[in-house]
Amino acid sequence: MSDAALTQALPRPARLALGETATAWLLSAPAIIAYLLMLLLPTLATIALAFTDFELGATGFAWIGLDNFAEMLSDRGFMTSLRNTIIYVGLVTPGSIAGALALALLIEAGTRGRTFFRAVFFLPVVSLTVAMAAAWQYLLHPSIGPLNAMLRVAGLGAPEWLSSSSTVLLSLAAIGIWENLGFNLVLFLAGLTAIPRELYAAAEVDGARHAWQRFRLVTWPMLGPTTLFVLTITMIRAVRVFDTVAVLTQGGPNKASQVLLYTMYEEGFTYFRLGYSAAITLVFLAIVLAMMWLQTKVLDKRVHYG
Amino acid sequence: MAGIRIQSVTKRFGSTQVLRGVSLDVAAGEFVALVGPSGCGKTTLMRIVAGIEQADGGAIDIGGRDVTRLRPGDRDVAMVFQSYALYPHLTVAENIRVPLALRRLNAWQRLPAIGGLLPGAADANHLMEQDVRRAAEALGLRALLDRRPAQLSGGQRQRVALARAIVRRPKAFLMDEPLSNLDASLRVQTRREIVDIHRQSGAATLYVTHDQSEALTMADRVAVMQGGELLQVATPEAIYADPQDLRVATFIGSPRINTLPAETGADGMVRVAGHPVGLWGARPGPLTLAIRPEDLVPAGTGLPAVAEAVEFLGESLLLHARHEATRTKLVLRLPPEARAELPAPGAAFHLQFDTTRALLFGPEGRRVGVSALSGEAAFV
Repeated sequence: MSDAALTQALPRPARLALGETATAWLLSAPAIIAYLLMLLLPTLATIALAFTDFELGATGFAWIGLDNFAEMLSDRGFMTSLRNTIIYVGLVTPGSIAGALALALLIEAGTRGRTFFRAVFFLPVVSLTVAMAAAWQYLLHPSIGPLNAMLRVAGLGAPEWLSSSSTVLLSLAAIGIWENLGFNLVLFLAGLTAIPRELYAAAEVDGARHAWQRFRLVTWPMLGPTTLFVLTITMIRAVRVFDTVAVLTQGGPNKASQVLLYTMYEEGFTYFRLGYSAAITLVFLAIVLAMMWLQTKVLDKRVHYG
Repeated sequence: MAGIRIQSVTKRFGSTQVLRGVSLDVAAGEFVALVGPSGCGKTTLMRIVAGIEQADGGAIDIGGRDVTRLRPGDRDVAMVFQSYALYPHLTVAENIRVPLALRRLNAWQRLPAIGGLLPGAADANHLMEQDVRRAAEALGLRALLDRRPAQLSGGQRQRVALARAIVRRPKAFLMDEPLSNLDASLRVQTRREIVDIHRQSGAATLYVTHDQSEALTMADRVAVMQGGELLQVATPEAIYADPQDLRVATFIGSPRINTLPAETGADGMVRVAGHPVGLWGARPGPLTLAIRPEDLVPAGTGLPAVAEAVEFLGESLLLHARHEATRTKLVLRLPPEARAELPAPGAAFHLQFDTTRALLFGPEGRRVGVSALSGEAAFV
């Protein structure tokens, strides 16, 4: 008896379709609005700004085409920061990946304390970099820092880690490795767990007596997708280096630790040259996109054995 | 006669005793199937023979050599895994080549690109190439040598795993349920191929399976394992017709052997629910009477039963019945022509069996002697 009532209450197919479309838009509206306001619009604004001479507080601006990019090529500050960033990425990426892989293998091979070590090495990832940077400043302090105190005891001299232009980039890279290690370690540990145990048994029966042989035959190839992901993530995180530089060196001494994002920040918020700053941001964006392209198009094919 | 010799091997995982002193010999050229339900310890035993697990006690000899303390790579065994365990990043040819390269080349010669230029490497590589080709041809893999495992079907991967095992001519083959991931028709076909490979190699083969039909069709001898111990090791015919333990009788054979609670009276007659069955037991007491489905036939007199259902299998049919007095389910395997005369479901009928093929088991499940229609009683 309720069947008839139900049929009448139901909307006709056309109304149903319209209602469904409207509901779909309504439900996705918050995400769409957030995406437009937080990501797409600012990105488009940055792209537009990069082709102007806009300065914060100026009453107007002019379209200057590619002049900002031309200026970069002759700007000693920018070229130094680009070079420093490349060196920094070149040190942090292999350092934190090799270190994390070695630690992951050690932790995986051990029987006890797995959770403990994972937590210990993951700590830098979840802690505030600015606060940690202050701790590093103390550790590396030329006169009161514990590191130099130890070196003095060993009679090895006392380098000025953060205030000498020959060591400042190395010191920052060391902090960068420490920062990224835990994150990569957790990824590698997950990757190691996913390797089928039977492959190791097969390798042993096939005659892989040494740990190194089993690593080459099983672990390294099977970790391929993980390593590629870790590589991309680490490079992007390293290119983004900013907080340690801002807190510890402000790009000094004598621009020896000037990096891409710090230069962008200085141009934009110290000198208020937002147009130029936006152009640097675009360069940064291009580098990150190029890395992601490299991962998906080139390397991905070599680590998935389809 | 130098094959695999397993001597009172014990193994415990935590508080679970997985192996309780297992001893088993596999002669060179012999094919022994180790069969048992899952969790009975058969895979653990095989992994101990391979050296992947360490035994708590006992010893393993392979090819006349005590290998109990040797690494898997030094034992001269090859193993085929249930999951095949192929190296996904290597081609078929490279997969088959791995056990050769790890043995015949030193660390420098194995280096990619420049390794081949070192002294001795060219000759070794040439020989390995020949061996890989021979193993691949034996398994019909020639056209697939440049493929990766992901591009192969399950049956093809299985062949690659077998080729990788035979390529270095080991003294012993260990196979851990190698057919369980294949579909039914492929499984039957691959059975023969594995037996052929075994015959050609002349190695001792230990083959683990939970599938009794594989064990019966492929093996020279079948070892039935349960609860971490071997119940019986014998030829397939003896395991089927002459099981020494009730657990062996019920595990082997499909459909399962019929079992009826019985009793030997003071007069020596064996009775099922008071009904004499034409057998004499040695001493009074409870027994289990076991009869294969093909040994039971419907008849005008005999054990009373009620028909329940009929299953047609093509070459035979199964009549499911019930022995009311003991509330026991029974299965009869009959020729398909018998269909017309079968009792209808629900109808009462009588059962007879060939008393010479009936098996009697004592209260502990041990086989006890039978004398049929002789009046004599004897223990075996």
